[in-house]
Amino acid sequence: MVYQRSWRMAFQAAFPATIPVLTGYLCLGMAYGLLMAANGYGPLWSVLMSAIGFGGSMQYAAVSILVTAFGPLQAFLLTLMVNARHMFYGLSMLERYKGLGWARFPLIYTLSDETFSLVSTVDPPEGVGRREFFLCISLLDYSYWVGATALGGLLGSFIMFDTTGLDFALTALFVVLFLEQWKGKEHRPAGAAGVACAVVSLVVFGPDNLVIPAMVMILAVLLGGRKLLCA
Amino acid sequence: MRLTPFETLGIILAVAAGTQITRWLPFWLFPENKQPPAWVTDLGKVLPAATMGLLVVYCLKDVAWSAAPHGAPELLAIFAVAALHRWKGNVLLSIAGGTALYMALVQCVFV
Repeated sequence: MVYQRSWRMAFQAAFPATIPVLTGYLCLGMAYGLLMAANGYGPLWSVLMSAIGFGGSMQYAAVSILVTAFGPLQAFLLTLMVNARHMFYGLSMLERYKGLGWARFPLIYTLSDETFSLVSTVDPPEGVGRREFFLCISLLDYSYWVGATALGGLLGSFIMFDTTGLDFALTALFVVLFLEQWKGKEHRPAGAAGVACAVVSLVVFGPDNLVIPAMVMILAVLLGGRKLLCA
Repeated sequence: MRLTPFETLGIILAVAAGTQITRWLPFWLFPENKQPPAWVTDLGKVLPAATMGLLVVYCLKDVAWSAAPHGAPELLAIFAVAALHRWKGNVLLSIAGGTALYMALVQCVFV
């Protein structure tokens, strides 16, 4: 009974935190299902890709691979590059995901941009366990993405209202969580460094190659300034 | 469908493998039964803030700054998110308000 109650409390605490992700994923996931359907890959395939691949922007990039000649190695290498940013998420979560046992498998498997932004910034409320809270957030986000893909593949073309711009919910989510980090004075130099390195990388390397140079610069700045930042 | 079902499954597995390697690598390199070096622990403390900054810029990467409306909808909506968040401090309200403004701007104002 105690066990059940702690899960219910975790769900009640986690669900509101995931609503912005629900909005964004509903929009982007449905658009993905639609795009796949438009290229001849029905809901079965788009849902399989979302459930197994679970990689957001990478899944969009993979559509272009699915419509050319069979190139699994190319798909694999492109994925490593597009998703290299995930390595930062793991590095940040080493401490918070420590000692969670079996739960680490689903937690790490589903560690997307949006899930990372929540689990790295939001703490479980008093009386709610870390394992239950983080699992609820991760699995809710995951089910939104898979569910939205299915919806898009099945009935996307019946949507009646103009959803243009709805996916801005995810940008807004990152802005808000950036501000939440910014509240801690000790996090400000790192936050500013992140924005600055990404902007420099965007200007120098362009939108398609922004991530990896930005990561290298961020690592250099943070490690270089470590004595100052973590004193 | 350009590929056969088997080939499609192959691409799905290739994408999954690539994604999962990037997600698991840090946990493989620094297993929890061993104390990671100090620089890794320090990095773990400052990376979330830096990464959130990177993600914000990443979301804006395809904005055409040099052509009209020069990213005005994005900048106005982000300003609204920040102002709402400072005012009320309610995550959902900040996101809903900013997103609603953005949708109004791209659908009605900067068409």
